[in-house]
Amino acid sequence: MAEKLFRLEIVTPKKVVFSGDVTSFTAPGVVGGFQVLKSHAPLLSNIAIGEVKIIDAADAESRYATSGGFVEVHDNKVVMLAETAERSDQIDVTRAEAARDRARGRLAEKAAGTDVERARLALHRAINRLKVAGRG
Amino acid sequence: MATLREIRRRITGIRNTQKITKAMQMVAASKLRRAQGAIVSTRPYARKMGELLSHLVTKVDPALHPLLASREVENVLLIVVTADRGLCGPFNSNLIKAAAQHLVALRAGQLEGTTGPLLLTVGKKGADHFRKQGSRIYAKHVGIFIDLDFSHARTIVNEIERGYLAREFDKVEVIYNEFKSVIQQRIVIEQLLPIPPEELKGPRDLHALAQVEHIYEPSSGEIIDALVPRHLNFQMWRILLESNAAEQGARMTAMDNASENAKELIRDLTLKFNNARQAAITKELLEIVSGANALRRAG
Repeated sequence: MAEKLFRLEIVTPKKVVFSGDVTSFTAPGVVGGFQVLKSHAPLLSNIAIGEVKIIDAADAESRYATSGGFVEVHDNKVVMLAETAERSDQIDVTRAEAARDRARGRLAEKAAGTDVERARLALHRAINRLKVAGRG
Repeated sequence: MATLREIRRRITGIRNTQKITKAMQMVAASKLRRAQGAIVSTRPYARKMGELLSHLVTKVDPALHPLLASREVENVLLIVVTADRGLCGPFNSNLIKAAAQHLVALRAGQLEGTTGPLLLTVGKKGADHFRKQGSRIYAKHVGIFIDLDFSHARTIVNEIERGYLAREFDKVEVIYNEFKSVIQQRIVIEQLLPIPPEELKGPRDLHALAQVEHIYEPSSGEIIDALVPRHLNFQMWRILLESNAAEQGARMTAMDNASENAKELIRDLTLKFNNARQAAITKELLEIVSGANALRRAG
C-alpha cells in the first residue's frame, strides 16, 4: 500500500481541511473531472464547484463539497486551494437549503439590481453542497 | 458637603458600571482570542496563494490583465473599515479621522472636473459618520462583524471588481486598523486595485515551482484569471480579520482602563464616605457629651 501513497493538503482561508497521505484524489476540474494517483505529472488546474473525493491510506473514501479553487500537483504532493471545502458529514444542510431557496427566489424575482450571475453561482454552490451531503 | 446617602448611591452606581465594563472586557478577551486564531489559520492558504500567484504572473503580461494593469486615475474608491459598535476607545474615531484626511488628500490630487472619491464603508460607525458628512457612499456593509464569514469578503470584492471593470473608479484603496498587539492598533492604507506589482513578487527564493514544467488546465492565462479575484477575496478577508482582532483588542484595553478608573473612583468615594461617617459620629458624640454636661451643671 505504502508505495501508492502521496501527500495531500486541502487548504481554505479558514483552516487546513485535510492534511495526510492518500492513494487517490479526484477533483472536478473546469474542463472535466480528473483523478490524481501517485507519480502524477506536475499539474496546475482550476477547480469548479463540485465534489472532491479522496481515498486515504486506510482505503476509506471521504467526499468534500467545494466551491472551486486550484489544485497543484508536484513531486507527489498535491495541494488544493479552495475558498470552501466541507466534508460530506459536516455540511450544514439547513443552511445550504436556506441558501438554495434564497438564490432561487432572487432568480425568480428578476428584480432590477439583481446580480443574476452571482445568484446563479450561489444556487450552484448550495445545490452542490446538498448533493454531496445527501449521499453521505 | 455630600450627604452619606448620596455618596453611597454614587458608589453603588459606579460599582454597577464596573461590573458591566469588566464583563465587556472578558467578552472582548475571548473574542480576541478567536480572532487571533482566525488570523493564524489563514497563513497556510496565504503562503500557497502567494506562491501560485507569483509563479503564474511570470507567465502573463501584467499590462494586459484588467485587474493588474494600472490606468490613469480619475476616481478613487476608498474602503473604510470601522467597527459596528463603540466602546472601544479611539478605535473608530482615529480611523475616521485618518480616513477623512486621506479623502482630502485624494480630492486634492484629483483632476479638475472629476466627481471626487467614492466611499465603501464597512462597519456601522464609519457608515454613520460619512453619511452625516454627505460623502459619496458607493456601498455600505453593516453588521458583518457579528458573524464574520468569508462570504462577506467575497461580496465586497464582487462589488468593487464590478465597479472597477465598469470604470466607475480606477483605483481602490482600503483604510483599516491593523492588529499589532492587544494594546496597539496601526492604521494602514493599502491599495487593492489594481493589484500592486510588489504584492505579486512573492518569496524571494522563487522556489521549485518556477523550474517545473506544469500541465496547465485549462491554460496558465485562464488559471490566473480565476486566481486573481480569489486573491482579492483573500486580501479582503485578511483585512476584515485584522480589523476585527484590532477592534476586540481596543475594546479590551478600553474596558480594562474603565474598570481600573471605576476602582479608583470607588476607593476615593469610600474614603470620603468613611470621613463623612466619622465626622457625623464625632458630631453626635459631641452633642451628647455637651448635652450631658449642660444637664449636670443645671442639676
